This record gives sequence, structure tokens and C-alpha cells, in this order.
Amino acid sequence: MASERVERATRASRTAAVCAVPFLGLLGSLPWWGDSGEMRLVAEMAYYLALAQLWNLLAGYAGLVSVGQQAYVGLGGYALFYMTGVLNMNVYPAFVLAGVFAGLISIPVTFAVFRLRGAYFAVGTWVISEIFSLSASLITAMGGGAGTSLTPAILREIAAARSMRETIIYFAALTSSVLVCAVVYLLLRSRHGLALTAIRDSEPASASLGVNTFRTKFLIYVATAACTGLIGGLIFLQKLRISPEAGFSINDWTVVVIFMVVIGGIGTIEGPFVGLIVYFVLREFLADYGTIYLILMGAIAIGVMLLAPSGIWGFVVQRHGVQLFPIQRRLVLDSRSTGAVERGSSR
Amino acid sequence: MSLLQTKNLSAFYGDFQALFGIDVTVGEGETIAVIGANGAGKTTFLRSVAGALPVARESVVFDGEPIGGRSAHDMVLLGIAMVPEGRRLFPSLTVEENLLLGGHTKRAGTWNLKRVYDLFPRLYDLRHMPAPTLSGGQQQMVAIGRGLMSNPRLLLCDELSLGLAPVVIRDIYASLPSIAAERTAVILVEQDINRALDASTRFYCFLEGRLALSEPSKGFDRAAITAAYFGF
Amino acid sequence: MEWLNVLIQGSLLGGIYALFAIGLSLSFGIMRLVNIAHGDLIILSAYVALVVTQQTGLDPISSLVVVVPVMFALGYAVQRGLLNFTLAGGLLPPLLVTFGISIIIQNGLLQGFGAYTRRLQEGSIETASVQLPGGISIGVYPLLVFVVALAGVASLQLLFYRTGIGRAFRAVSDDADTAELMGIDNRKLYALAFAIAMIFTAIAGVLFAIRTIFDPASGPIRLILAFEAVIIGGLGSIWGTLAGGVLLGVAQAIGAAFSPTWQILAGHLAFLIVLIVRPSGLFPRTRD
Repeated sequence: MASERVERATRASRTAAVCAVPFLGLLGSLPWWGDSGEMRLVAEMAYYLALAQLWNLLAGYAGLVSVGQQAYVGLGGYALFYMTGVLNMNVYPAFVLAGVFAGLISIPVTFAVFRLRGAYFAVGTWVISEIFSLSASLITAMGGGAGTSLTPAILREIAAARSMRETIIYFAALTSSVLVCAVVYLLLRSRHGLALTAIRDSEPASASLGVNTFRTKFLIYVATAACTGLIGGLIFLQKLRISPEAGFSINDWTVVVIFMVVIGGIGTIEGPFVGLIVYFVLREFLADYGTIYLILMGAIAIGVMLLAPSGIWGFVVQRHGVQLFPIQRRLVLDSRSTGAVERGSSR
Repeated sequence: MSLLQTKNLSAFYGDFQALFGIDVTVGEGETIAVIGANGAGKTTFLRSVAGALPVARESVVFDGEPIGGRSAHDMVLLGIAMVPEGRRLFPSLTVEENLLLGGHTKRAGTWNLKRVYDLFPRLYDLRHMPAPTLSGGQQQMVAIGRGLMSNPRLLLCDELSLGLAPVVIRDIYASLPSIAAERTAVILVEQDINRALDASTRFYCFLEGRLALSEPSKGFDRAAITAAYFGF
Repeated sequence: MEWLNVLIQGSLLGGIYALFAIGLSLSFGIMRLVNIAHGDLIILSAYVALVVTQQTGLDPISSLVVVVPVMFALGYAVQRGLLNFTLAGGLLPPLLVTFGISIIIQNGLLQGFGAYTRRLQEGSIETASVQLPGGISIGVYPLLVFVVALAGVASLQLLFYRTGIGRAFRAVSDDADTAELMGIDNRKLYALAFAIAMIFTAIAGVLFAIRTIFDPASGPIRLILAFEAVIIGGLGSIWGTLAGGVLLGVAQAIGAAFSPTWQILAGHLAFLIVLIVRPSGLFPRTRD
């Protein structure tokens, strides 16, 4: 008689999990030994990582290649500023509601863009973002085209002292990023994640197996929009100021994110981490040469797409089969009669 | 020397092997038939010869030259033309435009628009109609004419009778002798065994990607063909 | 009469939008390629014209004699050498590669020319106008642009329906695999299609840059306008693209009549409405 169990963790993933704890601890202690600039940089890395994981979930797993996620960054930011500045809400609940707002707005958006496929879906989401951007510039209460700033009163709600404020915002960034990564990871590990992978591999086939492809994609799109909105609120909370151009900037929130995911490895959780490192290394080292680093990232992205479409991490996986975030399930058969343990793997 | 010779031809779709060492010869101006059940590899064989599938260079020899793996459009320039399974006419083009498209490579030869209309007079009246408006049989005539317009030395015909009524199939096959008269070799892939054997001098029977039988067509024992066809 | 004026001005505006859109429509119709760098290529053409006018003293419209062949050759090379390799890989490679090209062009222009806004100077024709009965005045230049768009669309129709190469384009658009089996070299045909699209892109870039200021970041909005014109008109139909451009122009003119800040937004909203109500556009043709 044989019994079977489903295993997930690999040796590499256990090692990574063990290493992650002290690393997170190190990051968590930064406010005590780092300066403002370093905290801002790590916070920036944290929210870019979150945005990248979210875009990867949407494009790499659900197959929804959106070039318009900056819409939700801007919506989240504007919602936060509006709720605190005009509605005089406390900043903490406003922060959460900003994400909810972005998620709610994304629902009618799907009515328009889900009719488009492929590259047309991509440009369609971009147009939607432009519509939001232009609409924001028409709202005089939010400063119109010039934008608006957070008042000192709102800032004091976070904390009275500036250094305390910076620390709180820093931790908010770190926590949000870790939470987003955790949510993405747990989602992909779950039954829904399996459905997503099936949809990505073959939509008709998965539909014929009973996967509700429309509902799955819809839920993912709305959830991603909400989380992106949350991150957007955080970003502009730190920047203290928002304008239509900054809030809905495709260059800041989408171009960089897409490059990170594509170069790192689309369709993997580890990929955005790799892409994040590549981007910040390039940016910091080439900072003196204007926007050359962007030209270089563009060229690398093209090269990756043509030569190694699964990105740097995908390339590593193909060579060595490593998984740091274990989401594959492996069947382990335990045959009593021979006393041997056979390991099969399901992909 | 034969016009076409395949030597140990194997073909793959990704990791899946569809053909296992096929040896087929076709002489100048000869009409041969390739028969076999669904999935036996008949269309794969034609596509390999036509350049639509990558195969080893030496496995397809045309006029003494190894040409395996060359691209499909190169094959047309060499004189190998395909009448695809299911006709595959261009829906945006009229009948005449489909025929003219066949002559894209401007290969020299006896076939031109007028001669195609002589072969299939019905098409002349339909020449300005959009291709999809034609009946199955008429579309098949256009597909054959389109193939002929490139003045091929070898015409590959994939399932001419597919989805057609018997009286229509008879008309289609009635055109083959005119093609053979131009010294054009023909490979006929067919599910209708009787038609295929009547129209050819030799036949090959495929089974699961391998050659099961290779014999002259006339007077061959049908029981043996059935056995080879189904692999008994 | 006010509304007639809005209609006329909007239609003429549609001329430049149609010119923006033709290149995009061609590359999608023949190769199923949505070129994210399309807007940036329009701007690149304008910068090439800038250099030519500065070096030779030619006026912008005459500089097309150089700009068009340059962009034609560039288009052929880019498609043959780069984009052809993305067509087999599914949705992501063409999208991301053209995205990468877009970023490279934008930042390359920024590094080379700086962020200053530019404009090409054509002279008095820019402001000349013609008086129509009823007190409506039409700018000579917008009329010229519209006529060029009309001529462009008509010549493409001729190409597609009266020539052998046009027949080949239509066949490849229908069924690329069978076209190869008929002796068509798809790689060369795609490169030629993209190069022809670049002719229109170059003309659009120069004509646009004479009336509108531009800088390295002006590309993306042009892509969006072209995209909207194509979607409104319907995929795969060249006359549809002209109609889409005109409708977009009219929608924008109506918006501008309320308030100048509403112009672009009105166009976006018209696009959105078409998307919701009739997603295949007004005159669709492409089979997918």
C-alpha cells in the first residue's frame, strides 16, 4: 500500500527563509543607525518591490499585461490627500481607505478594458490612466494641474516629531512591502494560485476544466488595484506633495516596474527581487550620466526578451531548478512494500 | 535519378516525434499516393517536404540536391508547391487574386491564369468573387490552380477530397491527368483509398509515422492494404 | 454656425490624427504588432527633420526628401533585425521590446537634444487662412494636412488592391503560414510593411512638428491619439482609420468648444464610449 503527501519546501527555500529573518531584522533596525536619506532609499526599494510583485501577479500570472497601473498609484495618493485634506479624516484610516477607493474604482474600469485583449488591453489601461490624470487636473480642490501638499496638521497626526514621523513612514513602507509579498506568495500557493497558473498556461484548457477565468482575472485585477492604491497613498505620504503629473506618471510607476519584473523574471516571485537589485545598482552607479541608466535598462529588457524571455531568475531556474519561494507541489510516494521512498514532481 | 527522394526522414513537433525514417521516391512527372489513417503522419510528411517543418538537410533530396529544412518560400522557388489540407484560400482575396498570389514567385513555366481557367472553366465566371463565397469543390479547384500558378515540378496535394461530395471529387480528380501531362510530379495524400490508387502509379502506406507498405497501385491486393493501413 | 465651425475644425484636426494612426494600423493589420514606440518614432522623425533643416537650411516640408528615406530605412532595419524575432513568442515579447525601444528613443533624444521644446518653422503658411461663406475661416495648413492624409489613405488603398505587393500584404495578413507556402518571404514582407508605415510616420512627424511644440517626451501622447483613432475607426481598415481620426478630432473640437482644458479629455471619453458600446470599432475588417 502506498501513501502520498504533497511537499512544497525545498532545501533552497528553507535556507532562504532562515536567512530572511536576520536580514529583515537588519532592515528593521535601520532607523537607529541609518540617516534619513538611507531610510528614504530603503523605503523606495520597499514600495517598488511591492509594485513589482503586484504587476507580476497581474501580468505574469493572470496574463493581464497592464501599462496603466500608475492610475491606481495616483488614485490612492489623491484619495489619501483628499480624505485628510478636504474631509479632515485621520491619516491612519484614510491610508487604508485609499486602497479601498482604488479597488472600487477599478471595478468599472474592468467593464471597459476587459473587452480588449493583448497589446490592446495594455494601451487601453494606459488611456484609462490618462483619463484619471486629466480628470485630477480639473479638480480645483486638489490644486488642479499644479497639485497640492499635505498640511503640517495632517503630518502631526502621524507623529509630533519629524524623526518619529520618518521612522513610522519607514516602517509602514517595510511592512506594506512584506505584507504584499506575503499575500502574493500565499495566494499563489493556494488553490487560486494553481488556477492562475493554469489560466496563464492555457485559458481555454483551464476554462474547460471548470476554472472561472473571468471571475479569477476580475478578482486579481481589483485586488491588485487596491493594493497598488495603498502603496500609492504611502508613496505620496512620504513625498508630502502630489500632482497629476507625478501621481499618474507612467515613467515613475510603470516603466521602472515593468523593467524590474521583465529583467528579473516574469512569472516568478523571486524575479522582482532580482530586477529590483539590477535597477537600483544601475541607477546608483550611473547617476552621474543623466538618464543613460534608463537607456541601458531598455536595452537589457530588449535583450532579455529576445534571448532569455524568462528573465535572469528564470534562466537560473532552468539551469538549476532552484525555488526560494516554494509554490510548486511535489508528490512524494511512500511505498511500504519496498521500503523505498520515491519522489515524483508535478510541474 | 528521381525528382524527389526522402532519406530516413524524421520529423518532430517539439519533443514529439511524428515521422520515423521515411524513405520515399518520386520520379519526374510521376503521380504517387500516400495513404494512411488519421495521425499516421501524412500531412507531416508533406509539410516536411514543403519546408514548413525543420528537418535534417540530407533527408530531403530534390533533383540530386539536399534541401531539407529550407524555408517554405525557398521550396516554392525550387519548384515544390503545396495544395494545403482544407484549401486555406485567402479570405480577403478574390478567386483571381488567390490565383495571382500563387504566381507570386514568377517561376517560368506553362501554367498561367488563362491555362488555369481552361482547366477549371467554372472559375472564370467566379473570378471576381471573394474566395469564401465559393462552394467546397470550387475552392478546391482554386487551391489547385493557385498551386499550379507557381509552375511547380512537384505538386503536393493534401486531402483533395476532404469534405467534398463524391460527384465533386470526381470532377477534381478529372483534372489530374492535365497536370500530369505537363510533366508535373504529384504526391497525393488521401483518405479515399480507391481514388488515390486509381490516380497514381505507386503508393505508400503510412502507419504511426512509419512506412508500412510501398507498392505499385494497379491491381494490388486490397486486403494487404487494409492490414497495413490499420497495422494488423 | 458655431457648431458647423466646430465640425469643420475637428474634421481637419482629424487629418493629423489619421496620419498618426496609419502607421500603427498598418503594422497591426499586417503583422499583428502593436508598436508601443510608434509615438516616439513620430517624434524622432521631427528631430531628424530638425537636424536636416538646421544643417541644410531647407524648410521642414522640403526636408521630407531626406527624412522619409531615413525613416524608411530605419524601419526596414528595425523590423528585419529586431522585431521579426519577437513575432513568434506570443504577446509579451513584441510589447516589451517595443516598450524598450520607446524608452531608449525618449531618453536618447533627451540626452542628445535636451529637454527644450522645439518647433519646426515653415513660414507664413502656418497661419494663412481661407474665408468660407458663413463667416467660417479655415486654416490653410490644417487643410493641407487633411489633404495629405486623404492622399495617403487613397494611395494605400491603391497599393493594397491594385498591386502584386499589396495582394501579398493582404494574403500575409489573412494567413501568414499559407502565404509562406505560396512563396512569400514573410520576413522581407514584414520589414517592407514596417518601412511603409514609417513613411507615414515621418510625414506625420514633420507636419505635426510645424504646428505644435515638441520635446523628447512628446511621443506617448501621440501613440495614445493614434491608438484611439485606430480603435474608433475599427481594426484593419485603412479608410476606417481616417474616419477614426476625424471622429477623434471632432470629439476633441467639441470638448475644446466648452473649455480648452477639456480638449484631450473629450477625445479620451469618446474613445471610452466607443470601447464600451462598439468595441470592434465603426468599420472593422481584421479577422483574428
